[in-house]
Amino acid sequence: MTNSVTNTALPDTAEPTNQKPEPPKKGWTFGRVVGNFLVTLWIIAGLGILYFLVVRNNVTINFNVAEGFPWVDLSADPKFLQRYGMKLLEGFWVTLQVVGVSVLLGALLSVPIAAMRMSNVKAFSVIAYAYVYFFRGTPMLAQVFLIYYGAGSFMHELRDMGLWSFFRDAWNCAIFAFTLNTAAYQAEIMRGSIQNMPKGQWEAASALGLPRWLTFWKIILPQALIVSLRPYGNEIILMIKGSAIVSIITILDLMGETRRAFSRTYDFQAYVWAAIMYLVMVETLRRIWNQLEARLTRHLQR
Amino acid sequence: MNDILVMLSFGPDGWGDQIAAGVYITVTLALASLPLGLATGLVLALAKKSAEPSLRAWADVYTTIFRGLPELLTLFLVYYGGQILIQEVLSVFGVTNFEVSAFFAGMIALSLVFSSYASEAFLSAFRGISQGQYEGAHALGLSKLQTLRLVILPQLIRLSLPALGNLWLILLKETSLVSIIGLNDIIRYSNMAARTTKEPFLFFSIACAIYLVLALISSVGISRLEKWTKRGEAPR
Repeated sequence: MTNSVTNTALPDTAEPTNQKPEPPKKGWTFGRVVGNFLVTLWIIAGLGILYFLVVRNNVTINFNVAEGFPWVDLSADPKFLQRYGMKLLEGFWVTLQVVGVSVLLGALLSVPIAAMRMSNVKAFSVIAYAYVYFFRGTPMLAQVFLIYYGAGSFMHELRDMGLWSFFRDAWNCAIFAFTLNTAAYQAEIMRGSIQNMPKGQWEAASALGLPRWLTFWKIILPQALIVSLRPYGNEIILMIKGSAIVSIITILDLMGETRRAFSRTYDFQAYVWAAIMYLVMVETLRRIWNQLEARLTRHLQR
Repeated sequence: MNDILVMLSFGPDGWGDQIAAGVYITVTLALASLPLGLATGLVLALAKKSAEPSLRAWADVYTTIFRGLPELLTLFLVYYGGQILIQEVLSVFGVTNFEVSAFFAGMIALSLVFSSYASEAFLSAFRGISQGQYEGAHALGLSKLQTLRLVILPQLIRLSLPALGNLWLILLKETSLVSIIGLNDIIRYSNMAARTTKEPFLFFSIACAIYLVLALISSVGISRLEKWTKRGEAPR
């Protein structure tokens, strides 16, 4: 739980070695045999999934060379996709909304938490630490249940305060729980990157006569944001993956639509499509993030 | 107040024994997934740092898939997909009515996810071991396997332990997902108790508290392990 990664001897970068990498050996080494076998297994699995999708959607391919162009006659009867394809895409959009809204709200909430965590006032830092510890130490599923079902225990109190209509709604509860959760993680990212800035940066700025707030705003924060870019990207990916659990409290996100389609048809392709969509989502974000990082750190590259 | 104590007691009226059984399932599931995940993770890391491109490609595809999929979806893919696949295979031999147990599916799914993250932890630990260690071992006449076992692995454990400790804490939390496929873990028993007693907040708070305690115990254990792996270092 504690940030044990930072205080160990694990170096961030590889030691510079002047040696050139060994040229790959020729012929069929043991590693090559195993590697090719394993890659073949992936290819077989991929083709198997493709075959499964083709069969389930009744795709037929007729080669009619005699009838001239286009020679191949493709026809399909994708009953599952006709009925549930649009639903899955709607779920995809809902997932993006859940993640987008809660990551943005969480970013706003994380600022005061990080500030409290770094505060010199003991009470503030203890409260913020307890908050972060709770949300990082318990499963997201338990947090969502605690808020969505747990709100029922305070029905009368919430009704008196006029908040009951908010907590009765699964969507609000999911966003609320996810916002609190990601705020804890984002606060830790922010705190880590700010506190890990070398002390020399503060000292140099102070030697130049810059006031502390200006130092923070113009020198520490921009550098900290660059350092925290990667963890922020990872956090968004974790949120995309974590958002699948909102389907448990009846929200029809991508996972929810998939589960519904599967429970109605017992057609396993529902899960295959969901897997493809999640992978596309995560990989796209990862690539965009890599581009963004390369762009923002171009002054650091040699 | 008394009602709460009755609800939490160990006995026919209370949920104490059920929740304790749930804790047992959660902990055993996490412990059962750990060795498989660690071993696969190490193999993946070795494949990723190998000079052989096909091995690297295999490991990259593996981690891309299992780090990109939501854990819940991986669990469903293993649980339902495994069921269908095994049934198809077994029906060839005339066996029907085979069911994948939720525990087993959970174990496999959690190990798949754990191993793909662990491989990255191992890989960055490998980068922390200098080339001289391999050369020194070679100069002493150690074989490749001996080098790995006697020289590299002890250092690898020390370097990767902090990251692996974090992954263990994540694994412990992810076990909660198996409650959705019907395994009686902490969350599922809390859910049952919450529905029966109409005290959802109480029981889900207790579930959260149990996870926090498990995390606390784990952190103590991990820091002891870290101390143990560093016993060879001179005190500073």
